[in-house]
Amino acid sequence: MSDFLLLASDPDALQNLSIFDPASPSAEAIRSLSLLVAAIAAFIFLIVEGVLLYSVARFRVAAPAGQSSLPGGEPPQVYGSQAIEIAWTAAPALVVFVLVLVVIRTLWQVNRPNPTPSANDRALYVTVIGHQWWWEYVYESYDGRNLGIVAANELHIPAGSEGAARPVYLTLKSADVCHSFWVPRLAGKTDLIPGHTNELWFQTDKPGLYLGQCAEYCGTQHANMLLRVVVDEPAEFERWLAHEARPAAPPADGDTAASAAQAVFLGQSCIKCHRVRGTPADGTFGPDLTHLMGRKTLAAGMVPNDAERLREWLVDPQRVKPGCLMPAFGLEPRDIDSLVDYLATLH
Amino acid sequence: MTSVELEAAAPTAASHPAPSLVYDLVTTVDHKKIGLMYIVMAVVFLVIGGCEALAMRWQLLFPRYDLIGPDAFNQLFTMHGTTMVFFMGMPILIGIGNYMVPLAIGARDMAFPRLNAFGFWATLLGGLLVYSSYATGGAPAIGWFAYSPLTERTFARSAATDLWALGLIVSGTGTLAGAVNFIATILGMRAPGMNLRKVPFFAWTMLWTSVLILFAIPPLTAALVMLLFDRNLGAHFFDTQNGGSALLWQHMFWFFGHPEVYILVLPAFGMVSEVIPVFSRKVLFGYEFMAAATAAIAFISLGVWAHHMFTVGMSRTADLFFVASSLLVSIPTGIKFFNWLATMYGGRISFKAPMLFAFGFLSMFLIGGLTGIMLAAAPFDFQLSDSYFVIGHFHWVLIGGTLFGTFAGLYYWYPKATGRMFSERLARWHFWLLYIGFFLTFGPMHISGFLGMPRRIYTYDADRGWAFWNQLTTLGAFIQAPSYAIFVYNVVVSLRKGRPAGSDPWDAWTLEWMTSSPPPSYNFEQIPEVRSRRPLWDLKHPDDPDWQYE
Repeated sequence: MSDFLLLASDPDALQNLSIFDPASPSAEAIRSLSLLVAAIAAFIFLIVEGVLLYSVARFRVAAPAGQSSLPGGEPPQVYGSQAIEIAWTAAPALVVFVLVLVVIRTLWQVNRPNPTPSANDRALYVTVIGHQWWWEYVYESYDGRNLGIVAANELHIPAGSEGAARPVYLTLKSADVCHSFWVPRLAGKTDLIPGHTNELWFQTDKPGLYLGQCAEYCGTQHANMLLRVVVDEPAEFERWLAHEARPAAPPADGDTAASAAQAVFLGQSCIKCHRVRGTPADGTFGPDLTHLMGRKTLAAGMVPNDAERLREWLVDPQRVKPGCLMPAFGLEPRDIDSLVDYLATLH
Repeated sequence: MTSVELEAAAPTAASHPAPSLVYDLVTTVDHKKIGLMYIVMAVVFLVIGGCEALAMRWQLLFPRYDLIGPDAFNQLFTMHGTTMVFFMGMPILIGIGNYMVPLAIGARDMAFPRLNAFGFWATLLGGLLVYSSYATGGAPAIGWFAYSPLTERTFARSAATDLWALGLIVSGTGTLAGAVNFIATILGMRAPGMNLRKVPFFAWTMLWTSVLILFAIPPLTAALVMLLFDRNLGAHFFDTQNGGSALLWQHMFWFFGHPEVYILVLPAFGMVSEVIPVFSRKVLFGYEFMAAATAAIAFISLGVWAHHMFTVGMSRTADLFFVASSLLVSIPTGIKFFNWLATMYGGRISFKAPMLFAFGFLSMFLIGGLTGIMLAAAPFDFQLSDSYFVIGHFHWVLIGGTLFGTFAGLYYWYPKATGRMFSERLARWHFWLLYIGFFLTFGPMHISGFLGMPRRIYTYDADRGWAFWNQLTTLGAFIQAPSYAIFVYNVVVSLRKGRPAGSDPWDAWTLEWMTSSPPPSYNFEQIPEVRSRRPLWDLKHPDDPDWQYE
């Protein structure tokens, strides 16, 4: 268990995933609506529960044990009242009417179709593809520029600023079963459904890390299909984009150890499922590894990305994330060493 | 068979030896025995489903706890949901209905006694089929609403999913048989004078629950057959890799799944509508509005299913339709609530066990209804859907509503069915442990949902801040657990040790209290004639009978 606490730099630091601490206009709109609905619900609760408890306290009689009928005869029988019935049909109807109106307002605010990219729109377009049990991100365009960058599991987005919002428009798809994209502080969840394309929009001015996870049960490791959204300052985000766009750096000339390590990687079946741009490794079934070391975590946010965890993962992924789709290949320890060395070069 | 054998067998048959208990139960077509078998079966499945829940709660006690692996956990929540909805919830309500509806309307049995027996045995067989999936190496791990394409062979390879689907088809057939039977019985076999405006309220709710079953179960059965075609005959209804539709399953499932909630809660409404008047010593306030509200809930509930699907990316207009229809349900539900309160108001309320549970129902179901309003507000649902908030909400409805109402009914009619009084002291222990444990179990779930915890995860990281709320939940579950044991103990021991109940221990007003406890196999020596909704009130108060006011 202690292994996992290392995920945060300070093991006691609690991450914030509260839907009541929004960092994006859509999440903010939902919060305002939810507070209003909760207030109405609380009002009804107090009245009805109050009448119930009052009736209990006021009209309660202690029944003598073992005796069916109460002393003192029956209370007056009241069969009903049409006027009262109409009144308490009308009152909830009025509440429902108000609720529908406020829901319409928020629904149209939150749930709007994504625009198409245009020059200097400061908008980031990403296609998110859900896989059993990891996230693939295809960076389509930013600020009107086409990108075509593929990354996995950690979504980098730019922070906006006062008067210069940097919206993020996601296109949601699935490669296998239904998933759901849920980062509570940025937006409500939207499902990723195979054979069906969905859209999601959010934007934030606050740099930092936003956590979430898959919210639609998607099989064995649903619990560890974690979402990490990293909000960078715009300049930092540009640097990140430029770095991600480059293929993996080849081993330096004459660095025989590095070349040998790469040869081990390319000689194994790794390349059937994983891609490292700039090498023959061109698999698409698993996460893109071109800039693996740029990610803070492995296994879709489950464990920290360091040499030790990487080694454990390569020895037997099933021990780290039981049921995940990467098998243990039973490699020789020296091959594992080479693989760890090689992967460590993928900055 | 030869004639010689026939002759040899004849004398034994003629001497009518007392049949063994097993033979009697297997062959009986008596609605009371079938009703009790339904109830016993449901309680057995309640215990099984409860143990599954406890195992899950133990696993979630600590972050990254390693008690149960993901496979076992995913099987547990699939079986817990399936068990509680199909093999506990519906059977216990149908069982109570089976026992009480013919008595309450003054009939000698259900309309189709053999169909009735078939319904029970099909339900039981369905349950056994679903549980036989463990023999394939593990139960299905698909969740009780089994979203495709996770249920396709590509993702769920073992036959467990086939057995699950077969079990639900078989038990669904049994449920349909029960529904047809209730409708025929209530529409066709009422005592003379009992027109449809004088039906006891529990029977009225069973009528509408049965109508809902007729609408809801067939789409589920169709979807399950399509799934079996996909899995075994190479069809592609839900096979998205071959052009099938994942959303089709969701629509078909929830077209069943949402009316199902009202199937499970209307009879509970009925039971508390019987209990509250008797223990408040007042006639049910606004019977006709209550009756109309029941029918309205049944109708509206057929048009709300896609509120389970706000996050699948429907158009805003479609979302809005389902927001409005879902919120509309709160109007007739509100009417019911206010009428129950008005019935208690000005009464003389004695808190014997049935009323205690009816009070539990009122105070809890209200909360489940209000969190339902939050979920119906679509944008709010974008956050709450598939989070622990939803788990808290629907357990609040199904335990706070259905189960508390059911216990109210079970304690109310226990003396009628057994001829014995239960221990009031144990019933109180049952109530308070359940009430407090329930609050502690499902209250914190709403908060972990607010804090971003999704449902159906077998573990979570410590840094999420969910551990505390999960520990409260687990604590609550282990406070609840003994309450069920106390209930079972009370029911079993009181069979022998309980005080004789007499025919009418609660001084009640409906026909079942006219006959002896337990009633004879023919129910009534003479079918009573009815002039009002409270025939026994009329008998007890000849100076001021009800019929002059109806």
